Amino acid sequence: MATATAPAPTRRRRSANAARSARKIGLGLLGIVGMLATWQLIPTLGIVSPQYLPYATDTLANLFGEMRDLEFWRNVGRTLSLWGTGLAIATVAAIVLGTLVGLSRFLRKATHTTVEFLRPIPSVALIPVAILIFGLQPQAGLVIIVYATFWQVFVQVLYGVADIDTVARDTARSYGLSKVSQFRSLIFPTSLPYLMTGLRLGAAVALILTITAELVIGIPGIGSQITNALTVGDWLTVYTYVLVAGLLGLIVNLVFRFIERHALSWHQSVRGEEVL
Amino acid sequence: MTLYTTTVVTPPPARRRWKGFLIQVGYAIGFPIVLIVAWAIWTGISPQKFFPPPLTILEAFVDTWIGPAFFTDVIPSLYRLALGIILSIAIGIAAGTLIGLVRWLRELLEPTLEFFRAIPPPVIIAPVLIIFGIGDDARVIIIVAGSIWPILLNTIEGVRATDSVMTETAKSFALTRWERLRYLVLPSASPRIMAGVRQSLSVALLLMVISELFNNASGLGYKIKYFQTNYLIAEMWSGVLLLGLIGVLLATLFGLVERRVLRWYHGIKEVERA
Repeated sequence: MATATAPAPTRRRRSANAARSARKIGLGLLGIVGMLATWQLIPTLGIVSPQYLPYATDTLANLFGEMRDLEFWRNVGRTLSLWGTGLAIATVAAIVLGTLVGLSRFLRKATHTTVEFLRPIPSVALIPVAILIFGLQPQAGLVIIVYATFWQVFVQVLYGVADIDTVARDTARSYGLSKVSQFRSLIFPTSLPYLMTGLRLGAAVALILTITAELVIGIPGIGSQITNALTVGDWLTVYTYVLVAGLLGLIVNLVFRFIERHALSWHQSVRGEEVL
Repeated sequence: MTLYTTTVVTPPPARRRWKGFLIQVGYAIGFPIVLIVAWAIWTGISPQKFFPPPLTILEAFVDTWIGPAFFTDVIPSLYRLALGIILSIAIGIAAGTLIGLVRWLRELLEPTLEFFRAIPPPVIIAPVLIIFGIGDDARVIIIVAGSIWPILLNTIEGVRATDSVMTETAKSFALTRWERLRYLVLPSASPRIMAGVRQSLSVALLLMVISELFNNASGLGYKIKYFQTNYLIAEMWSGVLLLGLIGVLLATLFGLVERRVLRWYHGIKEVERA
């Protein structure tokens, strides 16, 4: 019987791989530099007056200046704590309700239309309601963040819980596993990949809504800095904080992708890449 | 030996069919009715300042939106939304296909585009307002600038993931560049593209509303904000209801288009699962 062994990566292939990834990183960096250069050129060539689009160098210099200011980091902290609180509340609520509804066929069928109706309602529609009830307070923002984030996670948990293999479920039942251990070793592992997807999507949505709430309601943070700078006509600060918001979004994305990979290191979707 | 594989399908008796149908309807509308009735009873027993009874909201809905406001506020908003979505889809798919097919271009642009996608879309409003002013065009630009990224990046990813055996087969059969694009690359990328479009729709709706909150002029978002600041509570709720309906309508329309475009894909999935 022939044993199938994966072809060991030869040295030549490995160096080819290294060259390819080096090329990828190099080109990527070149692309970023090129974007910054284009940004620098647009006001220089007068396509858009530097009054409306400050030079890239000025904006970056301003960013580094701001980063030495404690108030800047306080604003980042305010945004992140509002985001984190909203994400945490939404995730816990979604896991609890999603598991309850997902495990019962009756509840799943009974709530289906309600979920499908409530889910696409844009959470910005609730901003006026939230402002009326809570005033211009962080709680008003929290309502909107939780509403939008909840559905992202909830739907994924629902799919995940419904995805349980019937054979595995029947096996667990015939072996007389208690409800707790069924949850621990069957329901939780099955729905974890879905939960992670929901969490990654939810984190991005929560950040969008945090910034929106800060922009529109005026809750202190990065978003309100942009609104304030906009009203006094300080365009340089506007662009600086737009850049900050983008960087924050990028970091959130990367962190959650990292968490997903680690939490699912046992799962086929992540493990598969290394085996092949 | 002969194998009889046909199964005789006996239609269920009419009464049972009716019963099944009624159960379905009961499941579909039972819980919403319970919720609305609960709301009505709650607001009926103890009138709330900020939560008017459902019938009052319905009345305000008819009074506010069915009439001239439909043409002065709702239609322009929906027009900008539709234009923004169509432009995002067209530009996103065109640029995404080009970038996805050319490897060096993809490697050059991907990190930069990832950054643009990571920017929370509402933030984009500020630069667009500064550069393009506050007209109708600026609002469409805001929608496009925010909602194009998921479509663009998903198209790149989808085009890149085209099965290489199929690409080579298409080449050996001497399909022209256009034929390959039309019959291989775009169809095989379409599930990813549709997933991107789905994400973009909610971003576009969000931006439609927020872009109208700044430098107020007209539109659905402005109207709702106006009701809120003037304590016209029932009217404000009717606006929330309208926005909700638009969201549901958009999701339903997307579902129909997706089922049509990805019919072949869902077919394959079903066969694989069976």
